[in-house]
Amino acid sequence: MTGAGGVASSDPSGVCAKMEEEESIRVVHCGGSELNFRRAVFSADSKYIFCVSGDFVKVYSTTTEECVHILQGHTDLVTGIQLNPSNHLQLYSCSFDGTVKLWDYLDGILIKTFLVGPKLYALFTHHSAEDSVFVTINKEEPDVFQLVSVKLPKSPSQEIEAKELSSILDYINQSPKCIAFGRKGEYVAVVRDFYLSVYFFKKKTTSRFTLSSSKNKKHARNGFTCVACHPEEDCIASGHMDGKIRLWRNFDDDKKYTYTCLHWHHDMVMDLAFSVTGSSLLSGGRECVLVEWREAGEKNKEFLPRLGATIEHISVSPAGDLLCTSHSDNKIMVIHRNLETSAVIQGLVKDRSILTGLTIDPKTKALVLNGKPGHLQFYSLQSDKQLYNLDIVQQEYINDSGLFQIELTKAAFGCFGNWLATVEQRQEKESELEMQMKLWKYNKKTQGFVLNTKINMPHDDHITALCFCNAERCETLTLVTASKDGHFKVWILTDDSDIYKKAVGWTCDFVGSYHKYQATDCCFSEDGSLLAVSFEEIVTIWDSETWELKCTFCQRAGEIRRLCFGRLTCSKYLLGATENGILCCWNLLSCALEWSAKLSVRVMEPDPQSENIAAVSWSSEGSDLFVFKPSEPRPLYIQKNVCREEVQWGVFVPRDVPESFTSEAYQWLNRSQFYFLTKSQSLLTFSTKSPEEKLTPTSKQLLAEESLPTTPFYFILGKHRQQEDQKLSETSESELVQLPVTENIPAIAELLHTPAHVLPSAAFLCSMFVNSLLLSNETKSAEETPDDVDMEEEKESEDSDEESNFTEHVQITSNTDFREDIIHQLSKSEEKELRRFRKVDYSWIAAL
Amino acid sequence: MGEFKVHRVRFFNYVPPGIRCVAYNNQSNRLAVSRTDGTVEIYNLSANYFQEKFFPGHESRATEALCWAQGQRLFSAGLNGEILEYDLQALNIKYAMDAFGGPIWSMIASPSGSQLLIGCEDGSVKLFQITPDKIQFERNFDRQKSSAIRKMIVDRQYMSVSKRKCIVWGVAFLSDGTVISVDSAGKVQFWDSATGTLIKSHLIANADVQSIAVADQEDSFVVGTAEGTVFHFQLVSVTSNSTEKQWVRTKPFQHHTHDVRSVAHSPTALISGGTDTHLVIRPLMEKVEVKNYDAALRKITFPHRRLISCSKKKQLLLFQFAHHLELWRLGSTVATGKNGDTLPLSKNADHLLHLKTKGPENIICSSVSPCGSWIAYSTACRFFLYRLNYEHDNISLKRVSKMPAFLHSALQILFSEDSTKLFVASNQGCLHVIQLLEGSFKHLHTFQPQSGTVEAMCLLAVSPDGNWLAASGTSAGVHVYNVKHLKLHCTVPAYNFPVTALAIAPNTNYLVIAHSDQQVFEYSIPDKQYTEWSRNVQKQGLHHLWLQRDTPITHISFHPKRPMHILLHDAYMFCIIDKSLPLPNDKTVLYNPLPPKNESDVFRRRTAHAFKISKIYKPLLFLDLLDERTLVAVERPLDDIIAQLPPPIKKKKFGT
Repeated sequence: MTGAGGVASSDPSGVCAKMEEEESIRVVHCGGSELNFRRAVFSADSKYIFCVSGDFVKVYSTTTEECVHILQGHTDLVTGIQLNPSNHLQLYSCSFDGTVKLWDYLDGILIKTFLVGPKLYALFTHHSAEDSVFVTINKEEPDVFQLVSVKLPKSPSQEIEAKELSSILDYINQSPKCIAFGRKGEYVAVVRDFYLSVYFFKKKTTSRFTLSSSKNKKHARNGFTCVACHPEEDCIASGHMDGKIRLWRNFDDDKKYTYTCLHWHHDMVMDLAFSVTGSSLLSGGRECVLVEWREAGEKNKEFLPRLGATIEHISVSPAGDLLCTSHSDNKIMVIHRNLETSAVIQGLVKDRSILTGLTIDPKTKALVLNGKPGHLQFYSLQSDKQLYNLDIVQQEYINDSGLFQIELTKAAFGCFGNWLATVEQRQEKESELEMQMKLWKYNKKTQGFVLNTKINMPHDDHITALCFCNAERCETLTLVTASKDGHFKVWILTDDSDIYKKAVGWTCDFVGSYHKYQATDCCFSEDGSLLAVSFEEIVTIWDSETWELKCTFCQRAGEIRRLCFGRLTCSKYLLGATENGILCCWNLLSCALEWSAKLSVRVMEPDPQSENIAAVSWSSEGSDLFVFKPSEPRPLYIQKNVCREEVQWGVFVPRDVPESFTSEAYQWLNRSQFYFLTKSQSLLTFSTKSPEEKLTPTSKQLLAEESLPTTPFYFILGKHRQQEDQKLSETSESELVQLPVTENIPAIAELLHTPAHVLPSAAFLCSMFVNSLLLSNETKSAEETPDDVDMEEEKESEDSDEESNFTEHVQITSNTDFREDIIHQLSKSEEKELRRFRKVDYSWIAAL
Repeated sequence: MGEFKVHRVRFFNYVPPGIRCVAYNNQSNRLAVSRTDGTVEIYNLSANYFQEKFFPGHESRATEALCWAQGQRLFSAGLNGEILEYDLQALNIKYAMDAFGGPIWSMIASPSGSQLLIGCEDGSVKLFQITPDKIQFERNFDRQKSSAIRKMIVDRQYMSVSKRKCIVWGVAFLSDGTVISVDSAGKVQFWDSATGTLIKSHLIANADVQSIAVADQEDSFVVGTAEGTVFHFQLVSVTSNSTEKQWVRTKPFQHHTHDVRSVAHSPTALISGGTDTHLVIRPLMEKVEVKNYDAALRKITFPHRRLISCSKKKQLLLFQFAHHLELWRLGSTVATGKNGDTLPLSKNADHLLHLKTKGPENIICSSVSPCGSWIAYSTACRFFLYRLNYEHDNISLKRVSKMPAFLHSALQILFSEDSTKLFVASNQGCLHVIQLLEGSFKHLHTFQPQSGTVEAMCLLAVSPDGNWLAASGTSAGVHVYNVKHLKLHCTVPAYNFPVTALAIAPNTNYLVIAHSDQQVFEYSIPDKQYTEWSRNVQKQGLHHLWLQRDTPITHISFHPKRPMHILLHDAYMFCIIDKSLPLPNDKTVLYNPLPPKNESDVFRRRTAHAFKISKIYKPLLFLDLLDERTLVAVERPLDDIIAQLPPPIKKKKFGT
């Protein structure tokens, strides 16, 4: 996690010099950064929650779960955040870049930067020390850390040097969970390995309490994992590897100290937090259960179970009404004091290895990959937010080490996102493979995937590839699976045995094999007429109509790892990347090798929008990116060393709005964007600017009040205010209310945005413009649903008082304005209304 | 060391009775423990937790409460409605007084020790004045007034009325007015006695919390639960510089498997006892000044006295139970084997005799003569002597009637080696010597106690030639009598720690004495002085691991052919001391494994030292030499005892 920060700011080396006028393209992190790296911090009023996220600090609303602000300014990983104890509207943050920054989080403004110098690993503040903060720094040796106090000088300037460091405790643990400040900042408790040290600020003494660390079974897991201090009593809670929580008291006396044990967790205690008053202690760990210990009693505890993933951090709001847990699946849960979950802030799940690769859901344009165990996550790249999790395995996940879980290994979308195929498997022993293929249909009504067909053991061995025939001309949906058992199977969607012929299901249509070789990959051509299946070193081409073997290619260059057809103008080419580092391109018309190149390809992805194909190679120096057209021997773009690590997966994501890079080298990025995932699970992309900048959180413009919860007070006060407004603008309201929103009218937009010299004469435009300002029939009928009309009628029948008279008046004025225009296209409801008007006495109009 | 054929006896079906009450006396640092059969034992915590005295139980006297008063006077009360006072010198019951309130459930002494308060079955609370030699009824509190009593009181009768379906098992009244109660709901509750309001409640167990004991300083207390857990509560200050203090539960101790019926709090240790028959003494680390071996946990299960006697000639074992005796003949084998082999039995052990006592009293002591034809045992008020006749496989038993009046109770019985004399230590401190004839007996002599002392003798040893008799009490020195001339020969100087075992070596007539601090002395009776070897041991000191053993030596014997060897054993090891070899110093390995056969002789001689220790047999209750090549070892595995106890409260264990 710490390595991830390094890539974001590093400019790639191979940027061409001629691109001066254009912004150079960089490899940047694109969202999905960890939200669970450090404890989240609540604002004093519990309205906001802050969390570190890569180089930024994110401000989320606790009620709407929206990201309100992104505090950017640090140039390296942010490692700690704390509220300013003297001003609770300000936030301190520290980072690996050696600075402590002070923010106004309501407006998202950087107030001050304190230059400290060394890498800062953790940050603490306390009311008793308002002019200084406490940070953890590294000493010369690795893994030896020091807690120091940094005096923050008072100065009006923006950037202030803060070099006055005074050491407090040496040889401490790097994690901020292992440091806690006690009641009124009188002492600080630090745990490491098998001991607890308490430093008293007043006495300037350190007491150290050591637990037995002998190798025998009973004490081997005595090690400390985290520490928390009681806010009002002299009591320190420490968590241990064996799941015990110890409550230390009397620790100012080296001899008379005593502790109590609380034991519920069976695995290590990941974090501890006292409630604001100290009446209860919260703990969490691998069990995914939040435990609340009331009054420090072993028997008096409450649970919030099934939180989905390991609890990494727990924090409590200073107001005491909320608490939150950070989970290993990059999730923050905001929980009410009564242990009810109130909000979930979910980032990109990076808990586990990605086996499915990266795919794009054609419907939502979301990135789809492995999420929580047994789930497929849909992650919106635009809003850096997880859209939803699709439970594929549909089994309760039991979190225990040494347990063989069902793994989701393959996923593919077909038929424009209407079908989803997934493969899950579990292998405990070599000979015992459990495998299931599931096919999911998109349900428009529920806007989600519904399981359609479940196939047990579709193959006898691991499925290596899964692909849909996505060509438009295909009349039957086709899915091909290739497996290590030497077969590839063709599955088609057919009528299920149902007399109404409504149910559909998938059945196996054809089983193909080639000399008992293991099938390694399969791929349909763009038009769906050909299927290419690689059998170890041999590529076979099959006719998708008759399932005849058309021809074979064999290059004897090692097992083929990845196959793909060219697209559009290059559809006659077939590309294959082999294990031995050869990239081959065959011409399907001549059935001959067109060209081959020595390239150790890890990822080969075709761009769905163009002929381009991106290939990422891997060598010990790093990963290189090549973008090329199969028809041209020269690559369009080469980027050496896109990242140090091995790139595992890549995907092209079509852009909503095409970019206009004029430079030849960047034209491949015009219509789609290339995202790739490295081994350490950093999601990277190419961009001229940081995509976190581009992500304009929709709510950023919202004022704080707008994200207010709708409490009963809001209903009373908010309504009242609205009514007041209404009364003030009584006369003008009738016009105002009905005015169409100008932005939405194409005529106006056209008028305003077209250059003046190409516009027709004003006289010609006038009538069109005026007409466009009139309320159209559609907007009217949309406003007044039949329900409203019924209500109006009811009011009418009640022999209306003055107020209902008033509303009637509004309607009359608005309707009379353009009765001629719309009279010919009256809707049923309006006819009703008109009939009603005829009955009404209009004599009062004369008085106006 | 030599090779032995060992009879490994596991058919001694002994189950110690469960512990009902423990009471700690701060003044003498002694602990009184009463068991469910009415036995009361006194442990000397200063003398390495040695059980120095015991009072035999009685079927009708179920002790429910035990307390020390006025210094070192011990009182008990039980379900028969009587208050007893024990005579700690003469080891008998001083008097029993009926409280006339039905069964007594609780008893406590006032802090000054001058008054005794009891809670009775009928709900009444009675106050007794303790006079120098008796107790005197003073007044009766009825049920309404009982809440006004300013002392600690335990009475589940009326407390159960005040709480719905919940029995308060114990209360403690602190000097600041706080009342702590423990109840069957598993709670420890703190009450304000002035307002009668609940201050705090700790739920600590799923089962009953049965006992509570508060430290004298009132800064910590201990409770015991039916789940076998003992919890320690401490009064700690809320913050370091404020005077506000609160009670917090600190450490749980799980040393018991069954109900912890009673707890006590000494200044440095938590003491607990329960149905699982263990007495556990858990020192408080923060109160221990020096972290030596005294700071270790002690678990006492078996009595520190012999329950088994052995007839070497007939290979008989006599087992003593609370209300009966069992006589067994050991099995035999004709097979031979290598070292460590288990030999098949050609003849199984025979249960020859099952002798039930008459009356409700427990057996104090018993003995079988070396020739196997006499059995003697004694209860608190009767002495029995039987003559056994062997006719082939049949045994006939005949009681020797017309015992003299002075022979009504014995603390220790011993037959001489040739089975012609019987030595009886009575609880008045006198020793009777009786001549045994075929089917009858003759009283030879009574050694009167030293003038002024009434201390009872509880250990006896006779020399194999029958000339010398050594007797030891609980504190004073060992007296050696000349049996031929029927006069006191000498007195071994008194030592600080009580004697745990005595024996006189054949031929040399050296008296070997083991003390509770694990010291071993050798005293030459003819020379009336310690032997050279003993002086040497004292000069050099014993190995520190030897001194750290936590069970006393209960038996000493000698090898008839190897005069340099002393055999002795405690509950966890047996040892042969070879006086010809150098003593081990602290650097040598004490617990050396049996030397391997192929090791060179030089190495063996270099590492060899006087103490040859074997830990094969444990818990070892008795070990003796039957003949030159044969040992008998009586073991009582703890698992067999647990199997005979009622099942403990089932607790869910994680992961099962």
